[in-house]
Amino acid sequence: MNMENKPLVKMVNIHKWFGKIYALQGVDFHVNHGEVVGLVGDNGAGKSTLIKILSGVYPPDIGEILFEGRKVSFKSPKDAIRLGIETLYQDIALVPQMNIPRNFFLGREIEKRIGPIKLLDLKKMERESLRALEAIGLRIINPRVPVENLSGGQRQGVALARAMCFKRKLLILDEPTNNLSVKETMKVLEYVKCLKKEGIASIFVTHNIHHVYSIADRIVILSHGKKVGDYLKDEISVDEIIQIIVSS
Amino acid sequence: MKVQMKIPQGLSRIIRVKEATIAIITFATILFFYSLQPAFLSDINAGTLLSITPELGIPALGITLLMIAGEFDLSIGSVFGFVPLFAAELMRIGVSAEFAIALALLSSILIGLTHGVITVKSGIPSFITTLGGMLIWRGAALLITGGQPRYFRVPQHIIGLTSGPILPPFISAQLLWFISIMIILWIVLERTKLGNHIYATGGNKEVARYMGINTDYVKISCFILSSFLAGLGGIIQSTRLGTALPNQGDGLEFDAIAAAVIGGTSLRGGSGTVIGTVIGEFLGRIIENGLIIIRAPSYYFRLYIGAVLIIAVILNLYMARRIRERERP
Repeated sequence: MNMENKPLVKMVNIHKWFGKIYALQGVDFHVNHGEVVGLVGDNGAGKSTLIKILSGVYPPDIGEILFEGRKVSFKSPKDAIRLGIETLYQDIALVPQMNIPRNFFLGREIEKRIGPIKLLDLKKMERESLRALEAIGLRIINPRVPVENLSGGQRQGVALARAMCFKRKLLILDEPTNNLSVKETMKVLEYVKCLKKEGIASIFVTHNIHHVYSIADRIVILSHGKKVGDYLKDEISVDEIIQIIVSS
Repeated sequence: MKVQMKIPQGLSRIIRVKEATIAIITFATILFFYSLQPAFLSDINAGTLLSITPELGIPALGITLLMIAGEFDLSIGSVFGFVPLFAAELMRIGVSAEFAIALALLSSILIGLTHGVITVKSGIPSFITTLGGMLIWRGAALLITGGQPRYFRVPQHIIGLTSGPILPPFISAQLLWFISIMIILWIVLERTKLGNHIYATGGNKEVARYMGINTDYVKISCFILSSFLAGLGGIIQSTRLGTALPNQGDGLEFDAIAAAVIGGTSLRGGSGTVIGTVIGEFLGRIIENGLIIIRAPSYYFRLYIGAVLIIAVILNLYMARRIRERERP
């Protein structure tokens, strides 16, 4: 059996209600191994809901998720993380009062054993988080300040470096270029290309079509909770994508 | 015109330590009372302060962790009264002192568990859950005793363990408990995974959850700790006094919250230190005791502690901002 021919993840007929709001109305979505999928659509199209279901934040009301061909159900984000689905959220990535190493390893703390008790290895956490930040070109002199002291771009960098450091099989990027300068945006796009070279699939969620078009293999368009387009990049132009979003 | 206060380098290094502001205020307060009445620092008075502060401070340590995790516990004063009374009732019907105290402390764990589970599962604010708890456990204490005090007669070896003198007049068993619990909780908060999760849960529950942390578990653990330490404080006080009073610990929750806040714990969760709470608790007791020593009417206490609370929080915020302006990543 050749794994490469099967999609890495497949979401089938996903429905989700929030009270009276019918946020997802039967969406099918898949990502192949090593593929960069751009998930685009206007505000309220259901992009965030779809990826939150994929990362275990919400369960779907109807529908199923297949990961590497097996049916999975996530009770919490931990289940998704365990399978290798790493998510970089736009607004909820870091705890503002905590410093960089503590945020970086949140939920995955490095511990050392001292006799019967396990304590945090703060030195190692600091060293490894700084190394990961440097790998993406973000230089931080004092990592012990609370992350609320960082600039928006730096914070995004920390969250991104964390998501990349713990990369496994699928990286979900939710509006990763929001609030970033042009220069920082270019860097983020470079990182996603690096991921692809390493064979890691990613979902790039954005409403900036230009950003995603430059790196995506395939573009999926959502509108009002439905999938209205699924194209290989070669089949469609930026203008056509915009046309689909505007007209639906 | 904006007045810019210059803070010299050396001083700025000191005030970067989170607890420095409150330590300076406490030191100044001690000097103030000492200058008015030197007896304030006499062996006997200092010894009294060092033996009374721990039993009220131990519950404050518990509530500090709970507040860092983003929740409240208004019931600790009632639990502080209920637990020793429950032990006294068990002893009255013939249960051995050791077993009675163990059962009573177990009841405090169950009380915390109940508050925690109700809060996280129903989604109502802990302010409400524990306000209910405050009334229920005080009511239970009054109900079992009919409002009468109970003897709390325990063997000497238990008194030695909970509130006996170690190095009189300064070092008592309860002071060692207080310091040990502070050290343990400091290690838990600053050096363990659970501590990291407590800060994250209170700092931003959504982030914590998305990073795979079981925030319900974290919160319930802190509710249990808060109740348990309130019960332990009550037991220590009762062994020292030899009685269990139905109104024991009345108002303690506000003193404890004040101590935590004065010590730099945020009401919104996500930040705070146990060392700050210990200093805050001492400051409260120093003001209370100092006012008595200088023969001020005892009614002044709440007035002063209220003013100190507000001033300390403003100073803490001001210092935090100054530090933030200086510290760049």
